[in-house]
Amino acid sequence: MAEAASPFLRCEALSKTYAGTRALRDISLDVARGEFVALVGASGSGKSTLLKCINRLVEPTSGRVLLDGEDVTTGPAPALRRRIGYVFQGIGLFPHMTVAENVAVGARLKRQRLSGERIAELLALVELDADLASRLPAELSGGQRQRVGVARALATDSHLLLMDEPFGALDPITRGGLGERVRRLHDELGLTTVMVTHDMAEALLLATRVLVMDAGEIVADATPQQLLAGEGGEVAQALVAVPRAQARALSGLGAGIGE
Amino acid sequence: MNALLDALLGLGPQLAEHVLLCAAAIALGIVVALPLAVWASRSPHVAKVTLGFASLVQTIPALALLALFFPILLAARSVFGEGLPTLGFLPAWLALALYALLPILRNAVTALTNLDPELIEAADGLGMTSWQKLRLVEAPLAAPFVMAGIRTASVWTIGAATLATTIGQPSLGDPIFAGLQTQNWVLVLAGCIASAGLALVADGLLGVVERGLALRRPRLALAGALLALAGITAAALSLADWRGGDARETVVIGAKNFSEQYILARAIGLTLEEAGYAVEYREGLGSAVVHSAVTTGAIDIAIDYTGTLWTNQLERSDNPGRAAMYEELVRWEADTSGTRVLGRLGFENAYGLAVARDTADIFDLESIADLAAVAPPMTVGGDPEWFERPEWRAVRDAYGLRFAEERTFAPTFMYNALKSAEAHVISAYTSDGRIAADGLVVLDDPLEALPSYDAIILLSPRVAGDEALVEALEPLIGAIDVETMREANYMVDRDDDKATPEEAARWLLNAIR
Repeated sequence: MAEAASPFLRCEALSKTYAGTRALRDISLDVARGEFVALVGASGSGKSTLLKCINRLVEPTSGRVLLDGEDVTTGPAPALRRRIGYVFQGIGLFPHMTVAENVAVGARLKRQRLSGERIAELLALVELDADLASRLPAELSGGQRQRVGVARALATDSHLLLMDEPFGALDPITRGGLGERVRRLHDELGLTTVMVTHDMAEALLLATRVLVMDAGEIVADATPQQLLAGEGGEVAQALVAVPRAQARALSGLGAGIGE
Repeated sequence: MNALLDALLGLGPQLAEHVLLCAAAIALGIVVALPLAVWASRSPHVAKVTLGFASLVQTIPALALLALFFPILLAARSVFGEGLPTLGFLPAWLALALYALLPILRNAVTALTNLDPELIEAADGLGMTSWQKLRLVEAPLAAPFVMAGIRTASVWTIGAATLATTIGQPSLGDPIFAGLQTQNWVLVLAGCIASAGLALVADGLLGVVERGLALRRPRLALAGALLALAGITAAALSLADWRGGDARETVVIGAKNFSEQYILARAIGLTLEEAGYAVEYREGLGSAVVHSAVTTGAIDIAIDYTGTLWTNQLERSDNPGRAAMYEELVRWEADTSGTRVLGRLGFENAYGLAVARDTADIFDLESIADLAAVAPPMTVGGDPEWFERPEWRAVRDAYGLRFAEERTFAPTFMYNALKSAEAHVISAYTSDGRIAADGLVVLDDPLEALPSYDAIILLSPRVAGDEALVEALEPLIGAIDVETMREANYMVDRDDDKATPEEAARWLLNAIR
């Protein structure tokens, strides 16, 4: 891909070894501002490890990550993480804080205060009612909780959003709706997003660029259109084959009913 | 029932002291345990060491832990100077705080290490520093569990604090120990009810705090905490009131844990109060603690016995005779610590071998030498320390005594054992009122194997030069013969129509005037 002199996010020769196992093998990658990148692969392929190297929840064994041209290890890790939105499958809403306090916690770390309007605005972005603000997480449904998780990640005006299996624990309907919502926010707010998922259909539907990982290496780097056109190699096509087969089976069933 | 109510109502000062001691100990326990718990939650190695230490402390009986702080603080004087108190509040506070560590530490470490890992990932992912994570996430989530630990610690501490009496700290243990020694079960019951009641109240209030934290209702938690604090403040204020005035002139009188000591301490106290002194009592002190307490100034006045000091303090096993032993002791006390031996009260509380009148008649026993010939089929009874004491070895070896069996009894039951023939000979105390009451015969000691046990008054270096005090106590010197002392002791020790030590002391003072 043709790049400007300094890409927004760059990984240089990243390797990570856990007790003899190589989770990442010499990965180099450039992500331009505004891209929605999906990291797809089987469990243990290294996709989460790669994501966590970006906000230093994992420290690579060798190689480095540059954000806006600057090595992420230059400053303290907490300061870096406050600039990066992070959403993960576990959500991790604090049970002793209200929805509003959960959304505002990032600002609080920087000794700032979020106004009630700003919180309502953030909740509106993820299609939640402002009167949920005073509720405790235990009173919310799973989908509502993950929406709060996304609102919390957006609250700090980050331009980079990292998502680790963000919709993995949600039911299919909630999952589809929230995915679309996140994609629209990505476009509207001008975010750069990196999302880890094992669901190729989700990646094809939401991302502008799909990276397929296998055994710690990137084995395919293509747009959804290219993948659907049969490009990207064997591993990628095996993953694309699953939703394609399901779609075919579904349309077959539909045809059966129609007759 | 009325007596119990009176006893309970009289426990105000002890209750206040108990509350303050426990509150201070738990506060210190919290201050030490919480930082340790945070450290331990971040390092399994530290967790192992700290929890191991706290568990080890827990295995030491509370009574021993309290007593151990006396020598520890005595040694610490080389660093902190002679002003460091070795008895009373300080050792009780430190020992109880140490005792309170384990439940607080264990609960806090368990709560911190078992927090949901997803919350920790979220906290890290949001960019919390270690301190922010502790303050915003870990502490609030662990709080109800930490509170549960503090609750457990409080109940334990309130119970264990009754033992502080033995190292000279007033507590609800005062009536328990005094009652146990004088067989006054009403007093024992009153002390137990008061300390159990206090434990229940503390548990209830802290339970409210815990529930407030768990339900995230800060007002409920605050209400519980404020009520507990109000109780502690009330205790402090009530004591400030009692102690008000010229506290400096207060003379502290110590007593070991048996009736005669309680009575004599009161007799001295009443005499000094008549002379215008304010007095305080440290009663139920361990026998070994009393001498150190008076020589180091932790108490001002103590009654001890020449033979006891001769063997335990001077570590002598010879018997130079009654007068020489006394002279030597006076000199030794003045030389080693500046403690003044004011004089002999007049009676002896010696160990003696006693038999029932029947036994004496049947075997025609007058002296221990007579006993030696008929002893082999007999059982000898002694108090728990008797068979370990040098006096026993001395008298046994001097007369060649051999018995069929040696049995130990609590002092009270020793006399009953003689009545029921479970023992044929016992190690009686010669000033014990039960000797006359039970018609016992104390056998002569022609070889003077048993040292003399003249009761003496010891004055700490602080009051040794107080001539007004010496003058006030002068009438007691040489004034109490063994019959009078026996009678006073029996007033307190008998099973029916018991007198309090103070009533017996008033009777004693009247009898010798």
